[in-house]
Amino acid sequence: MTRVYPGVTPVHALGPLDLDLARGEFFSVVGPSGCGKSTLLDVLAGLSPPTAGKISFEGRPVVGEVPDGIGVVFQEDASFPWLAVRDNIAFGLRRAGTEPAEIARRVAYAVGFMGLDDFADAFPAQLSGGMRQRVCIARTLVLQPRLILLDEPFGALDQQTRLLMGDELLRLWRETGSTILLITHALDEAALLSDRVGVMSARPGRFIDLVSTGWARDRDSRIASDPGFGAITARLWAALRPESIKAMGRTAL
Amino acid sequence: MMRLFDAVAVVAAILVIWLGLYAYAGDAAITPPLRTFAFAAELLSRASFWNHVGATMAAFAMALAISAVAGVALGLMLGMRRFAGEVAEPILSSFYTVPKVTLYPVMLLIFGLGMSAKVAFGVIHGMIPVMLFTIAAVKNIQPVLLRTARVMRLSPAQTALNVLAPAVTPEIITGLRVGFALSLLGVLIGEMFASQRGLGFLIINGIEIHDVRMMTTVTLIVVVFAVAANSLMLVLDRHAHRFA
Amino acid sequence: MTRARRIIWTRLVLIAGAVGLIELLCRLGIITPLTIIAPSQMAFELARMMASGELVRPAAYTFMEVGSAFAVSVVAGGALGALVHARPRLRRALDPLLGSWYAVPFFVFYPLLVALFGLNALPLIAIGVIFAAPAMMLSTLAGLDRVPRVMRKVARVHRLSRVQEVRLITLPSAAPHLFTGLKLAFAYSFIGIIAGEFILSGGGLGYGIAYAYESFENRKMYALMLFVLLIATGVNGALHVWDGRLARRWGRT
Repeated sequence: MTRVYPGVTPVHALGPLDLDLARGEFFSVVGPSGCGKSTLLDVLAGLSPPTAGKISFEGRPVVGEVPDGIGVVFQEDASFPWLAVRDNIAFGLRRAGTEPAEIARRVAYAVGFMGLDDFADAFPAQLSGGMRQRVCIARTLVLQPRLILLDEPFGALDQQTRLLMGDELLRLWRETGSTILLITHALDEAALLSDRVGVMSARPGRFIDLVSTGWARDRDSRIASDPGFGAITARLWAALRPESIKAMGRTAL
Repeated sequence: MMRLFDAVAVVAAILVIWLGLYAYAGDAAITPPLRTFAFAAELLSRASFWNHVGATMAAFAMALAISAVAGVALGLMLGMRRFAGEVAEPILSSFYTVPKVTLYPVMLLIFGLGMSAKVAFGVIHGMIPVMLFTIAAVKNIQPVLLRTARVMRLSPAQTALNVLAPAVTPEIITGLRVGFALSLLGVLIGEMFASQRGLGFLIINGIEIHDVRMMTTVTLIVVVFAVAANSLMLVLDRHAHRFA
Repeated sequence: MTRARRIIWTRLVLIAGAVGLIELLCRLGIITPLTIIAPSQMAFELARMMASGELVRPAAYTFMEVGSAFAVSVVAGGALGALVHARPRLRRALDPLLGSWYAVPFFVFYPLLVALFGLNALPLIAIGVIFAAPAMMLSTLAGLDRVPRVMRKVARVHRLSRVQEVRLITLPSAAPHLFTGLKLAFAYSFIGIIAGEFILSGGGLGYGIAYAYESFENRKMYALMLFVLLIATGVNGALHVWDGRLARRWGRT
């Protein structure tokens, strides 16, 4: 599909590109800044309509609204400052009219899973950025979405926290069996976590390479010691480097 | 271009409302626009009118000067001495929210009727916001700017002139803008019952002797002046904040 | 002693000192009772007036006016704020008007308002509304401005209807600023009404002060002034503390 932003000079943000996500796979998207990664997420989720082409999810077209079964974790902190952590997580379930007992069960599970036990009754303002992101992930988790879209969720965190959060994400993926699309600018993160990585060109973003990692399902960040990891990361950068330079506005470096 | 059109549209809307009010309430309450403009032109040609304008402006100028100078000076002092600033700020804030009416009689008893009372009114209305904004401006200086000044080994005078002054100026200007409007308001209110001269007096006198035309016209002149002056200060304010 | 305690103590000492100084100067006759009477006498007179019940009617009248002006200002200001927020062009056009609003002495419109509403409490309430509504409106605008854009997306991911979005996300997100608006609306209603009563002889506490002043009844005048001062500081102070508590819990943006 293609996404062009209308305006005085139309901005061709994205595409044309084709993408097929296999059910249950962990797919990452890497690309230079401004290549349209976030736009891709918006279009996939149904938040923005494509200018040309179509999106379908589970066999049905995605038109105008966000389909049931898709969860999104945004780059910015989207936790509700006026709700305690527990209520934040329960938000989606309450809106869906789930039984209180079921809500309590799922929230308790998510709180435990994301390591938020000590903070369940605190307010987001009292938590660090990383913990707030965990709250957002938990909020998405409890709805048991079949597809989870994450837009640079660990962007604001330091490297070590990122690696650990990556492990948690893998755990989540295995436990829920959902399909994951992760947008990240960190090549090592993409190489570590994914089954496949899509490399996007500079704007307008198109896929210029699709790398399969071939990792076993049961993996964590320690897979960095696997010799394949270096090769994959190198391949990603080889494809990405010229695009990044282009995005920075230079012709060569 | 659209800006101009919108501004004209707003003015037109006000005129329409004005005419509507006149149609509903009649001559006993308000004078219609055209007659008001005509009388305004006439007033502006009368020397006696300009005497009143002079009285108001003199009081206003003094009140503004005192509010600005004392407000900024005290604000700087309280802003720089952390402890004093924190002690004083809530007191000033609550002073701001208390009806200053409660002080009018005291002012009158201390200053008597006349110019000094008017200036006092202007000052108690205008000085507080100047102080509050100045204190905030000083508190909000980013520490990293001061550290940079030290790393560059600037003298205290250089630091004050080249780093501190530009950093606090935008907020102080906003404070002066608010102080300007409130000072004017204070002086006018003072004139309403503490003076026999000035624009405020003309208005309240117009109300008392049922000279609706005078009341409406002088009100219009005051409003136009206030809006014009404030708009000018808004431009200045935006210019000062252009880097924020 | 912690710093916070020291600050509060210093403040109390300062205020007590100032009051004490005035008391001393009055008792010593340096300040004549024609100008200012001793604070203790003010308090005494106020207590007497409260006991005798002569405060009830003017106080009730003023509170009725302030309450009405407050209620109307909050509703009108909030509604207008929401309306103007939705129309950026209207907002830009009204900007200079709002910026100059408080430079205009609104009491001059009193005869017009009397002609419109009659010789009762309504003209004064109208003046109170003219004073207070813009403050509420500006605060509402600020609050709506500060709803993070990501929250809108979260609303769509959770498939909330427009009404649900406003109720569950927009309003709670804007709440801190709306509360500030309430604080300001109260303060300005109070100021406008009391000043109006004083200047325009409306009845109520402000009128009582003016009448006592003109009748040279200094004791009564100062007692009423003290009463107004206490109410203003009391209510504004309580709202301020509440505001601070909310800010600490929710983390003001």
